[in-house]
Amino acid sequence: MRIPRLLQATLVLVGVYFGFIVVFDYILEAVIPRSLLTMYMFFVTAGVFMVFTYDEDQMRELAAPIKAMVEDPSKRGVRNVVFLLIPLLVGYGVYDKTMPSFDAPVELRTIHPAPPSTAKIYGERVNLLTLENPFRHYETEDPEQFAEYVEEGAAVYIENCQYCHGDKLDGKGPYAEGLNPTPLNFQDIGTIAQLQESYLYWRITTGGPGLPKEAAPWISSMPVWQNFLTEEEIWKVILFLYDYTGHAPRSWGAANASH
Amino acid sequence: MKGTGSLRNVSNKLIYGLFITLVIGLVSVFGGADLFAAYAAGTEAAADAASTGGYGPAPVTTAADYPSYAGVNGRLAIWIFAQLHLWFAAFVLAVPIFVFIIEVIGMRTRDKRYDDMAYEFIKVSITAYSLTAILGGLLLFSLILFYPDLFSYLSVIFGESMFYYALLFFGESAVLYLYYYGWHWLQGGLKKWIHLTLGLTLNAVGTTLMLLANAWLTFMMSPAGVDPAGVFSGDTWAAIHNFLWNPINIHRFVANIAYGGSIVGAYAAFKFLTARNDQEKAHYDWMGYNANFIAICALLPLPFAGYYLAAEIYAYSQQMGITLMGGIFAWLFIIQAVLIGTLFLSANYYLWCGMGRSDGAKRYTKYIKYIAIVLVGAFLVWFTPHTLVLTNSELKSLGGPHHSILGPLGIMPAKNTAVNIMITFTFLSFLFYRRSNKVATVSWEKTGNIIQVALFSAGIVNILFLGIYHGYFTNTVYKVAASIPQVMTTFTVIVGSLILDSFIYRGAKDVGPLHWGRIPDRAQYALFLLAVAFTWLMGLMGYIRSGIRQHWHVVDIMRDNSPDAYTPTLGYAANVVSIATIMFLAMVIFVFWIAQVSTKKSLPAGYWKE
Repeated sequence: MRIPRLLQATLVLVGVYFGFIVVFDYILEAVIPRSLLTMYMFFVTAGVFMVFTYDEDQMRELAAPIKAMVEDPSKRGVRNVVFLLIPLLVGYGVYDKTMPSFDAPVELRTIHPAPPSTAKIYGERVNLLTLENPFRHYETEDPEQFAEYVEEGAAVYIENCQYCHGDKLDGKGPYAEGLNPTPLNFQDIGTIAQLQESYLYWRITTGGPGLPKEAAPWISSMPVWQNFLTEEEIWKVILFLYDYTGHAPRSWGAANASH
Repeated sequence: MKGTGSLRNVSNKLIYGLFITLVIGLVSVFGGADLFAAYAAGTEAAADAASTGGYGPAPVTTAADYPSYAGVNGRLAIWIFAQLHLWFAAFVLAVPIFVFIIEVIGMRTRDKRYDDMAYEFIKVSITAYSLTAILGGLLLFSLILFYPDLFSYLSVIFGESMFYYALLFFGESAVLYLYYYGWHWLQGGLKKWIHLTLGLTLNAVGTTLMLLANAWLTFMMSPAGVDPAGVFSGDTWAAIHNFLWNPINIHRFVANIAYGGSIVGAYAAFKFLTARNDQEKAHYDWMGYNANFIAICALLPLPFAGYYLAAEIYAYSQQMGITLMGGIFAWLFIIQAVLIGTLFLSANYYLWCGMGRSDGAKRYTKYIKYIAIVLVGAFLVWFTPHTLVLTNSELKSLGGPHHSILGPLGIMPAKNTAVNIMITFTFLSFLFYRRSNKVATVSWEKTGNIIQVALFSAGIVNILFLGIYHGYFTNTVYKVAASIPQVMTTFTVIVGSLILDSFIYRGAKDVGPLHWGRIPDRAQYALFLLAVAFTWLMGLMGYIRSGIRQHWHVVDIMRDNSPDAYTPTLGYAANVVSIATIMFLAMVIFVFWIAQVSTKKSLPAGYWKE
């Protein structure tokens, strides 16, 4: 028996919707955000509509049951049920969306806020657009010395940073669970691999309180490390972060490419 | 015979003249650097003479330096006027480009339908041209009134180019009117060549105008030719040829063509839906198809031009780059991604609907659902945001804002891969459309098809490999650089496939006549959607481009100290852009209507003396 096209289209949509939930929430165990799922489903619906309607005959076949339901006198019972159900569903949707909840409102937090062009660090105004790691050049010029600096950076990291950012730099340190937002996972390709070293320097030295307005200052428990570490120690920690994770800082010339 | 010989001579001279004009045109379009170099030589001499004397630093303003008139918000007024001016300017610059190409096609094929269509396109742009000028005037006056210090600073640096701009605008008008009003007069033989030369000149002048205006706005983003205090060195060429000038030039040139195609496509759709008979329907269906074809041709390379521009902005300033794509404007980029996806989906839908014109299309329609699955899949990757909107329970369940599966889809390598796949499959839709009414007669058709499948498969594997390996397992230098071979792969697939297809279908038989006009009305709404999505997209992206300057009139040189020197909320910005979009579309509907009115005649009985 051939499945009517309207039912085919509905089954595809329902299948895709639950497919996303089953794959993400249960198989991969990484829940799919409902806001994203809504966006996904909007365009999946558009795609299904396109495939089912580009041809005039197919369109007629798709619309036939709806047309019959509205116009055919023998379908009066179904019509009444559908016409009652649709407003009820819409009403429930409105109720569900507007009902106050005890959940804290969703925040659109900017994880990578834009850095200012200059910042006051260690009492001096630093140009973040041109600032470079003073130890980076050792990577090509004196690899042994570079390895030593990385080692020193690792020691600073273990003493100060790993409690939150983790000994594997994956943001899962012993204190991580108690923090919101959780500490950054440096292994993630979307974090330090996308940034220049000067950005890290700015974030580490000025910490949560130094975040600009768009990222809501203070909504981060990152300490202001310029109060506790020296400038050199911070640059060495940055060397270690990239070295351990295997990422390279964002740069613009092939000369800086090390991988 | 002598007469014919001299005619040929004149014709040769004209071809030569045309060639020279073409070279000048191309230089002004693609190598503006050389054209302006001559101009620069003059300004350098002036610079020496001035030797920094006479130029002061950028003005330091206070809130009192920004006058208010009639309670109008200056920023809002300029925002809307600039946006409306830009939309019309993009349209009137683009239309002559493809009108010229269509006219050439008409002349070569001697098919008058092309000539008529080209004329109809330019007719639509004539009213739009007046509106462009009026809105440009409004923008200029608003700038002088509301931001006098900024305008006077810019006019110190660009005074000369502003003067040439005004002269060029005058020239543009003269050539446009000659081109349009002389259309039916300059027909056939030599006259047609003269008309084509006018078309080429029109394009060269129009594009030069755009290049000049682009220099002013890119100077505000990446100033050059001035010292850190804003003191002008006197070298106008340096100020024009600033860091972001060429990336914007390329992006705008390509985007304008796509945009112009989409607007005339909407015009054809409007005429199709209001057509009174099958003949009119067939004509406007054909016109809509051609307009959509132009829009798609320019749409395919557009994401690369956009990526190049964004990469250059990032390279120029980390701060501007992050503000653009990782900071506050990142959410508008999600809307941008959605709108770009909408463009691709509606362009494909129009092609699929258009397959109904041919009786032989059934052989290919079975593949459409697979193309749709790939397109939608790539589209979902394309707009997956880097920063997810998570409820508290989702945040808890994931153990933080990082999503191990969706997180990697939020960065550029995934987007580049997705868009290359979308482009490749949009081209596949076009290929099927092209084939739908043909039956190949060559003996090696099957082998040719196998080679084509292999080309597509190898291309897709390469795009995925470059995106995944270089995007996620190397550093940013290779990551950004990998986008180039990805693009080259896509173009190789497109060009290689087109060449192969032309050989396979050489001497092919037609299944039957194409039934122009046999297309559902729904397809016309896809053309409307294309135009609306383009307009909205340009408005949003234009705002972002301008907004990343934040509190600077001229980045790091001249600070904006007006009461409006703050970045508005995303909702406010989106509302302004949306209202401006509605205003523009209302004006466009007026333009469409007025183009129709000119052909209407009424004969009031008994009004005139017999």
